[in-house]
Amino acid sequence: MYTQALNTAETGDHGLEDAGKAAQFQARIDAEERIEPNDWMPAAYRKTLTRQISQHAHSEIVGMLPEGNWITRAPTLRRKAALLAKVQDECGHGLYLYAAAETLGTSREELVDAMLAGKAKYSSIFNYPTLTWADIGTIGWLVDGAAIMNQIPLCRCSYGPYARAMIRVCKEESFHQRQGYEIMLTLCRGSDEQKAMAQDALNRWWWPVLMMFGPPDATSQHSDTSTRWKIKRFSNDELRQKFVDATVPQAQYLGLTIPDPGMTQDADGHWRYSEIDWTEFKQVLAGNGPCNRDRMAARRKAHDEGAWVREAAAAYAAKRAQRQTAQAAE
Amino acid sequence: MTTPNTPLWEVFIRSRNGLAHKHVGSLHASDATMALQAARDIYTRRGEGLSIWVVPSTAITASDPADKGMMFEPAETKIYRHPTFYEVPEEVGHM
Repeated sequence: MYTQALNTAETGDHGLEDAGKAAQFQARIDAEERIEPNDWMPAAYRKTLTRQISQHAHSEIVGMLPEGNWITRAPTLRRKAALLAKVQDECGHGLYLYAAAETLGTSREELVDAMLAGKAKYSSIFNYPTLTWADIGTIGWLVDGAAIMNQIPLCRCSYGPYARAMIRVCKEESFHQRQGYEIMLTLCRGSDEQKAMAQDALNRWWWPVLMMFGPPDATSQHSDTSTRWKIKRFSNDELRQKFVDATVPQAQYLGLTIPDPGMTQDADGHWRYSEIDWTEFKQVLAGNGPCNRDRMAARRKAHDEGAWVREAAAAYAAKRAQRQTAQAAE
Repeated sequence: MTTPNTPLWEVFIRSRNGLAHKHVGSLHASDATMALQAARDIYTRRGEGLSIWVVPSTAITASDPADKGMMFEPAETKIYRHPTFYEVPEEVGHM
């Protein structure tokens, strides 16, 4: 899921590259051809995509943490099995995306190291805590719902491996959103306390979810290049509006109130939301969200504690290869 | 100790009896057994396949996209390789 705020293109130094090749490349993009790993591409296109796809992958992996928090405390076995499957899917999505990013020429190890070193970002949404079981419902319903809005256009991204990875991700993401909404529906049909818990979760997640679509169009500087390269098909504000319009009726069905008293519906049916607090967004991106340090610490711990497994697997493979060479020589 | 980069494998899955294995993606694993297990977990969580092949990515030789004109041109100019090139009178019926 989760490409928010990652779609900022590099401004390329076109002067150094073959102008003819660059023109040919743009013509292929304009003709809706897919760019494949061994094709010629501008260095800035490669750099932009490496960053966007790898940060998308990091987001999937870090995204396992807030939900993983509730696996052992899921209210029923059915919910536990579903949550476990969902978290496993997020891991799978991370792996599809890392593989797509690697086709651009950066190794998996370098990509992961950049994240662990704090040099590569992941979606700001995962720096918020999951305080109650209703947060798991809200994440599925809203966070995955926002992700689907973002990701469906990426299935038509100009870079073939990214587009193909997104098709697989989108197919699986639908289960995530439905299981989240079902959790919310169950809570909203339950006791007053359960419904209050659902409302509280919506109150805490609503604004951070709207921020997932990235800064408003008026302030994002690099969108033009990404749009020209057909990495990005819709603007941040367009996607955000689509999401709000789709979500309001779902909240109404649940009997929940969106925590935006200023929200109104236009004559043309669009729901207009109030000003988003972008200082909060900037703070979270800068590392000052409620859980930034926890998330990084958890990823580093997992990486460090897994080191012996990687070493053992490499040693075993080396031993087997050596034995095969010896046998072949006999 | 620094471990070497874990090798890359390409994954092919046959979805149903009678269909060919199809490339679905890639993954990292230190050996073939682990690659198969990882492919099962990553690419077949929803019954996508009945058979998996994993192949070291380094074992694949690919055609150069820059040569695609020269490489595939013969197929485009030989229209007589297609059935529609030949005229059969309507009276003869479907052939």
